[in-house]
Amino acid sequence: MTPLQKVQEQFSKDILEARIFSNEETLTIKPSALKAVAEFLKGTPGLEFNFLMDLTAVDYLFYAGGRVQKEWRFEVVYHFFSLKFNHRIRIKVAVDETNPQVDSLSGLWASANWYEREVWDMFGIRFTDHPDLKRILMYEEFQGHPLRKDYPVNKRQPLIGPKI
Amino acid sequence: MPGKTKPWIGSNAMSRLSSPSNFFTSKLKDALGWARKFSIFQYPFVTACCGMEYMSTNASHYDQDRFGAGFPRFSPRQSDVLFVVGTISQKMAPVLKTVYDQMCEPKWVVAFGVCTCTGGFYDNYSTVMGIDTVIPVDIYIPGCPPRPENVIDGLIKLQAKIQTGEQSRTLYDPRAKKGRPAEVQDDYTIEQHIKHIGT
Amino acid sequence: MLLNVGPSHPAMHGVIRLIMELDGEKIKGVDVEIGYLHRAFEKMCETVTYTQCFPYTDRLNYVSPLINNVGFALCVEKLLGLDIPDRAKYIRVIMSEISRVTDHLTCIGATAMELGALSVFLYMMKAREYLYELIEEITGARLTISYVRIGGVKADLTAGFAQRAEGKIALVRKTLVEVDELLTRNRIFFDRMKDVGRISGEDAISYGITGPFLRSTGIAYDVRKASPYLIYDRLAFEVPVGTSGDNLDRYFVRMAEMEQSLRMIEQCFKQIPDGPISGSLLGCVIPAAQMVDAAKMGQTQELIEDEVVTDPTLQGSTRKYHDAVNAIDKEVVLPAKEDTYGNIEGLMNHFKLVMYGHGIKPPIGEAYFPVEGANGELGFYIVSDGRDQPWRVRVHPPCFPIMAALPKCLVGSVMADLIPTFGSVNMIAGELDR
Repeated sequence: MTPLQKVQEQFSKDILEARIFSNEETLTIKPSALKAVAEFLKGTPGLEFNFLMDLTAVDYLFYAGGRVQKEWRFEVVYHFFSLKFNHRIRIKVAVDETNPQVDSLSGLWASANWYEREVWDMFGIRFTDHPDLKRILMYEEFQGHPLRKDYPVNKRQPLIGPKI
Repeated sequence: MPGKTKPWIGSNAMSRLSSPSNFFTSKLKDALGWARKFSIFQYPFVTACCGMEYMSTNASHYDQDRFGAGFPRFSPRQSDVLFVVGTISQKMAPVLKTVYDQMCEPKWVVAFGVCTCTGGFYDNYSTVMGIDTVIPVDIYIPGCPPRPENVIDGLIKLQAKIQTGEQSRTLYDPRAKKGRPAEVQDDYTIEQHIKHIGT
Repeated sequence: MLLNVGPSHPAMHGVIRLIMELDGEKIKGVDVEIGYLHRAFEKMCETVTYTQCFPYTDRLNYVSPLINNVGFALCVEKLLGLDIPDRAKYIRVIMSEISRVTDHLTCIGATAMELGALSVFLYMMKAREYLYELIEEITGARLTISYVRIGGVKADLTAGFAQRAEGKIALVRKTLVEVDELLTRNRIFFDRMKDVGRISGEDAISYGITGPFLRSTGIAYDVRKASPYLIYDRLAFEVPVGTSGDNLDRYFVRMAEMEQSLRMIEQCFKQIPDGPISGSLLGCVIPAAQMVDAAKMGQTQELIEDEVVTDPTLQGSTRKYHDAVNAIDKEVVLPAKEDTYGNIEGLMNHFKLVMYGHGIKPPIGEAYFPVEGANGELGFYIVSDGRDQPWRVRVHPPCFPIMAALPKCLVGSVMADLIPTFGSVNMIAGELDR
């Protein structure tokens, strides 16, 4: 059984979407199930995803001009990799814009710490139980979250110098 | 005071000799200029990709040392030319200003790479569009990154400037330029977003 | 006491701020602050088309720019489901490996310079110049090359490139031998690097570290072996692995990797399929103006077979070489210059690919493609919404988790150990802050 099938079997009621494209398996789950799925992926013999390779988010505000209906605005994307079995899986967590909050995985994988800080900085999605959630790429005086689709690309907030 | 170099021979020679103190001070100034231009102690404020071409210019193939600029001083107090190499982001701009303020007179600034000259193609929320909005710049070396030959050309022009003792003191105010496009709006509405990405 | 190793510092390769908590000389804690070179790569890529993203990817890891280009192109090709010809794959591998060698040369050179070995820096820069000459011959630029295109590469290799490359590789090998003699048994270098900046394998995995940093701890994970892409499964190479995870092992791993990369380039030159495949042209060269006049008069029969005199800057991308190094897909790859300037179909094809709103449009979906960068696994995650501009481009920077793990390597050592450790991390600010 592939990792996707194992997760589907265990968490069938929390899965919103499942997709297989080329050699990639993707699952979209509800935010409440993230911690349980992550522990399942890390701990189960046969899966053993010991690498949290990447953690990022995508803003789907008006995606594809409205042709593709998405009920949620953000998706937090986790790429897991297992060194022993050399397989990968992508877990996407559907996050609503009214309550952008997700559980933090920094207790399970140490790499999650900085990645979650970056997602907070760029998208404004909070991570509960994160040890130190502050901006990492932008400066503290910066207002707004730049990678959201409603932030204009050249709206500068200079610390010194003319405001252009 | 900073002024134009007076020619040695020619019509001004008589006026030099007629006033001995002028003669000595201008010769001293020329000598100082000559000494300064062949012993450049640069502070390499290296941030990004241009740093690789700075390293190549410093290395043995293109060799900055033959111009007297081979020994970087890593303290702003001990250096006289600030080479700003690579993109300056908004987070870095106060640091650049602090380093510039710490340098002693006389000091010159070289904007190395197009990101420091005008911002390059990074017209976004986090890049300073030209460091001359923050500190006064003497020499602009465009290029992304500039070839070492470009850098040496800029260095020779810098030496000509150092010889005359001329220093740039003005910042560039982009709003003073006529015909500049309107500023970016603060509110970016959903309608504008739809119009921007198309249907 | 708190010591600020500020953003502008001679020994920092790029801009980063370390706030060190010291007790005399011993390091009690390190707070790493990044973001001083944040240039909004991901936001800029959302505003331009796929081909226009390539200059932005060059400036990510600017010491090995071709690897970034290749990674981005492979991810978009995965979304499109496009396969490129073998010769293009070999060319991409050759250029990637040359870039990898320049990265390791710069890393070891800069680390040695900070420890006081200035000659090593100059030798490494000399070797890097040889490789820059090779890169410039093929791509036209030394550093920010934008050479790879979606569906292939921009232009074919020049004639006689293999001989020149072999000569330069021999010179680079000679330089590496000289550096080895200067550094490897050097008492000072050895003492400063041995048992400094240690990290264990489990910690490295927990932090998500890949690349030479992970391989120095004993775990042999290399993307080129684990999930081979392009033609790495046809090349014979080894993955050097260290034992103790300290700075010295990282130095050895990088030196060994350079030798492996040079061997891979030599194997590629033996295996690469031959050049121009559509070489059976009549070879009658006429000026472009005459060709246009003939076309206007309706004499188009012979024009398909004639060769247009094009600009010397377009060397290697004319019709003779075009199909050998680009996939045959009209919706993705620009036509050869003879067709663009010579007949109306080529002109329309070119326009359709270049105008805003038209161009390369991958289907709605997403893809993640990992590539072995010089610092570790460089992964591109691209979300497409069917337009000619990407919806989201995410690059997984290999030195991001390494910088997150830097406090773990440093706590317990003395202040002077910061310098070699930081040098062996090979932090590239363009990649870290994007």
